[in-house]
Amino acid sequence: MSDAATYNFGYLDEQTKRMIRRALLKAMAIPGYQVPFASREMPMPYGWGTGGVQVTASVLGADDTLKVIDQGADDTTNAVSIRKFFERTAGIATTTHTSEATVIQTRHRIPEAPLREGQILVYQVPIPEPLRFLEPRETETRRLHALEDYGLMQVKLYEDIARHGHIATTYAYPVKVDGRYIMDPSPTPKFDNPKMDMCPAIQLFGAGREKRIYALPPYTKVVSLDFEDHPFERTKFDRGCALCGSEGIYLDEVVTDDRGGRMFVCSDTDFCESQRAAPSEAGHGLHEVPR
Amino acid sequence: MSAQDDRPLLVAEGLSKHYGPHLGCADVSLDIHEGEVVAVVGESGSGKSTLLGLLSTQLLPSAGSVRYRMRDGEERDLFALGEAERRFLLRTDWGFVHQDARLGLRMGVSAGGNVGERLMATGWRHYGRIRAEAEQWLERVEIARDRIDDRPDTFSGGMRQRLQIAKNMVTRPRLIFMDEPTGGLDVSVQARLLDLIRSFVGDYGLAAVIVTHDLAVARLLSHRIVVMRHGRVIETGLTDQVLDDPREPYTQLLVASILQA
Ligand SMILES: Nc1ncnc2c1ncn2[C@@H]1O[C@H](COP(=O)(O)OP(=O)(O)O)[C@@H](O)[C@H]1O
Ligand SMILES: [Mg+2]
Repeated sequence: MSDAATYNFGYLDEQTKRMIRRALLKAMAIPGYQVPFASREMPMPYGWGTGGVQVTASVLGADDTLKVIDQGADDTTNAVSIRKFFERTAGIATTTHTSEATVIQTRHRIPEAPLREGQILVYQVPIPEPLRFLEPRETETRRLHALEDYGLMQVKLYEDIARHGHIATTYAYPVKVDGRYIMDPSPTPKFDNPKMDMCPAIQLFGAGREKRIYALPPYTKVVSLDFEDHPFERTKFDRGCALCGSEGIYLDEVVTDDRGGRMFVCSDTDFCESQRAAPSEAGHGLHEVPR
Repeated sequence: MSAQDDRPLLVAEGLSKHYGPHLGCADVSLDIHEGEVVAVVGESGSGKSTLLGLLSTQLLPSAGSVRYRMRDGEERDLFALGEAERRFLLRTDWGFVHQDARLGLRMGVSAGGNVGERLMATGWRHYGRIRAEAEQWLERVEIARDRIDDRPDTFSGGMRQRLQIAKNMVTRPRLIFMDEPTGGLDVSVQARLLDLIRSFVGDYGLAAVIVTHDLAVARLLSHRIVVMRHGRVIETGLTDQVLDDPREPYTQLLVASILQA
């Protein structure tokens, strides 16, 4: 705890946090719109979630309890180091339990346990611009957003179907926010897209290298793009978790030995553990998976 | 086709464009009627592309105006349109065929995706219907249906031009701008493309402004001709009249040089 005195609360100085909060407020006021902000150097490399870390630092208060996940896990190097970073620089409580956290920073997944009002989910975003690979010029993509000129995005999905027979995009699947802006939930799996829709928690997205912040206020309509005859489909797994038995949740394939042994387990490690701790309730409420 | 309204479709008045100290074009006035094909001819550097850019609002004029009769019949000052309205006009009621197909096509997107883009941009959300429409237009421009999933970078020069036309035609534009559409193509390929353009103009009642340095192209396609020199229109009239009986010495020279060729 003595370290905490060495830094300002949450590492960033108050001036910077105010600047980021202003960007966050603007982002909340215009759901899905990418707000430029003066991203700061953080004591970790880009790709380690510097955007998310700056957002988290700006929203954390002394009473907050922080959870950090990478994929769905709390115990990966990246998640552990970010959690430690805030323990040291803010002296706040941390947890691995979704239900106990007030702020959750994530790199890919949205936790399986439903989020509630009062919670904040902070996404680390590498590429905020959904139109980027169709139109590399930043001036042009900004204009396309401003004019709500989104035919190109649909062309990308058309190409997917033409090539693969179905929409093959499984990560960073584009969504339309509140009937207006097209947003990249990158790099979350499309399995989690439906959880963004009408979510009671605040969702904040920070892209450090790209210097962009965007947001979904609670209960924002989030629709995955699709075609009438090729509707959005959530990834389905034809089995349950090998450890806790839960179905209808997102599974990771893990290699179990060096002879090609594999199994499928919950990507959300906290969820898996809680299911195993309370086996009588395993799978409870999970079959009513919204589309 | 649409004889109920004989007001001009497009009216340009006093169009000038300066590129810094350089003159692009000066004081050009021009009417275009529905179903009418106007050829803009003149030697290289005479201001043809500049004029086309101004008429199609891709360039801002230094002076002058362009009015256009929208689909709802209302005449609008094009340079007073909002950006969104202007873009909508460009991708619904207008077409643009470039000499360099790479400017008009997305080379990394399949032929079907190229043709479908305008449909998707205007709200089509049924894959099967978009694809069926794209197939029909490919067929109309004589591209085999089974090329629908191929990218234009696998197409020949002539096919790329025909694909550009299909891409524009899906929204049934009333006016199409073409800048040297047959430039750089072999003679036999040119002939086939010209044939196609001619039949489209007839079948769909298209108005067109075609920039060409090739008087044979103007003769074949256009009703009216505009001769430019040093950024100014020096002669204009019915195509046959101007080509058979040019008044201006410069036009006479142009006509003579093509006849010799
Ligand atoms: N972007 C530009 N900047 C400066 N001068 C230009 C530009 N575009 C065209 N010009 C000049 O304007 C004149 C007309 O050019 P252009 O309209 O391209 O003629 P054409 O299409 O008949 O060859 C030429 O003198 C040309 O050099
Ligand atoms: Mg030119």
